[in-house]
Amino acid sequence: MIAFQNVTKTYRLNHKGATTVALDDVSFKINPKEFVSFVGKSGAGKSTIIKLLIGEEKPDKGRIIFGSYDVNKLKSKELPSLRRHIGVVFQDFKLLPNKTAYENVAFALEVAGRPEKEIKDFVPKILELVGLKEKMTNFPRELSGGEQQRVAIARALIHNPDVLVADEPTGNLDPITGQEIIRLLLTINDLGTTVILATHNKDIINNLERRVILLENGKIIRDEEKGRYILT
Amino acid sequence: MITNLLRIIKFGLQRFWRNGSVSTATIAIMFLALIVFCGINLFNVLAKTALFSVQERIDISVFFKKTTPEDEILKIQADLKKLPEVKSIEYITADRALEIFKERYKTDELIAQAIEQTGENPLLPSINIKAYDPKQYQVIASFLEGEEFKNAIEKISYDERNAKMIDRLIKIIDTTKLFGLSLTTFLTLIAVLITFAAIGLAIHSSRDEIVIIKLVGGTNFFTAGPYIIEGIIYGLIAAILATFIIWPMVYFASPYLKNFVPEMNLEQYFVSHFFIILLQNILFGVAVGVISSIIAVRRYLRI
Repeated sequence: MIAFQNVTKTYRLNHKGATTVALDDVSFKINPKEFVSFVGKSGAGKSTIIKLLIGEEKPDKGRIIFGSYDVNKLKSKELPSLRRHIGVVFQDFKLLPNKTAYENVAFALEVAGRPEKEIKDFVPKILELVGLKEKMTNFPRELSGGEQQRVAIARALIHNPDVLVADEPTGNLDPITGQEIIRLLLTINDLGTTVILATHNKDIINNLERRVILLENGKIIRDEEKGRYILT
Repeated sequence: MITNLLRIIKFGLQRFWRNGSVSTATIAIMFLALIVFCGINLFNVLAKTALFSVQERIDISVFFKKTTPEDEILKIQADLKKLPEVKSIEYITADRALEIFKERYKTDELIAQAIEQTGENPLLPSINIKAYDPKQYQVIASFLEGEEFKNAIEKISYDERNAKMIDRLIKIIDTTKLFGLSLTTFLTLIAVLITFAAIGLAIHSSRDEIVIIKLVGGTNFFTAGPYIIEGIIYGLIAAILATFIIWPMVYFASPYLKNFVPEMNLEQYFVSHFFIILLQNILFGVAVGVISSIIAVRRYLRI
């Protein structure tokens, strides 16, 4: 289970001390196997929620719980363990440019110290699941945007994480490829993984018929089961 | 642990190979820095040999009266040996002095005839003294000028002029040592800074990768490891290249340097000390490579 309890996060804008509020006293819970979408305009606070969840940022106030982890109390050396429970997919894919598709996925297991045999067994299977078995030896620059995003999803799934977080995963893709990626996320959710999607794409959300949390200026405006993205 | 270490080495080698242009540029800069470092070391060897040669030429000669018995000369020699400033003493009897003189002027008939005509040995017995440090000659001269030796000693070759010359030499030696040390420190620092900047730039270009590795669950050790391996490879290759490129440079420069310091055969020195020089360069290159990598990568590990 994931829980944000009265979380506030501000960012400093300049050296003179000017700040902007990214999240303002936000609280919510996400149950296992849920598919939850965070929606809102750019700057609403969607990406901040993801950064706080994976420990990339620390909140000013409040508490973040992920399973048995009290995320904002974790020390730097404890973060890798948390991050191996959460698969993250980014808008800009964040693939290692000098590694092939296979190596990018295998890398996530290698950093965790998993045995070579397991890596050789798992990686081709997960690449097959995302439809990229034929392009295992290609470098990211040799893949299309959609294919790169599939590699990123395969990498996020390779640990068999409890949660898959996708931050604007369709942002750099054409609508058809974007829909394919969303279908893939739904399949992953059907297989039992909690999926958290952050997007500002109205069409994608309105077709999903899953839980939607609407953010505006760092506050939760609406939280609905089978919600829709209604612009305010 | 061993699996992780092997993987870090693999990733380091992979990074080095696949980032060909960055690796080549970084090695080229490190190579230049190492040429400077190696050049400084060779310059220091040359300067030390030159200084040593000058120091070896400075000495004090004490000439004894013809009437001074050999026992007394040997007693003075024994007293001198007890001085901590004295490095070596050579006693030259009057006969031995004549032999040396004859040998030196054997081609000059006029001098040979003059010696024959005098019928007796006009030369005096002497003691030649060398000190550990040129600054100590004044102490030895003062010791010999003592009242107890006045009747035995004819002349001490450490007069006012000699004293001034020795003093000037001491100043030149001290200045040269200080200059050499300052130059070494300055140029080594420049070489380190240039290398640090080059590796810093190479790692800066990979900052996104470091963030990705951290976000997929990489520990600091696992994230920084390949960059440190890369630093080791840079240092190793640059050091080997620099040592092998300097070799022909030393070969060509050696005869010219011999004109300035006749006692120094730089090429022979380089060949006989090759592995030490190579090891020195490797240690310098690898140490600078590793330290630069650690400092540069640390900046991006805070995520």
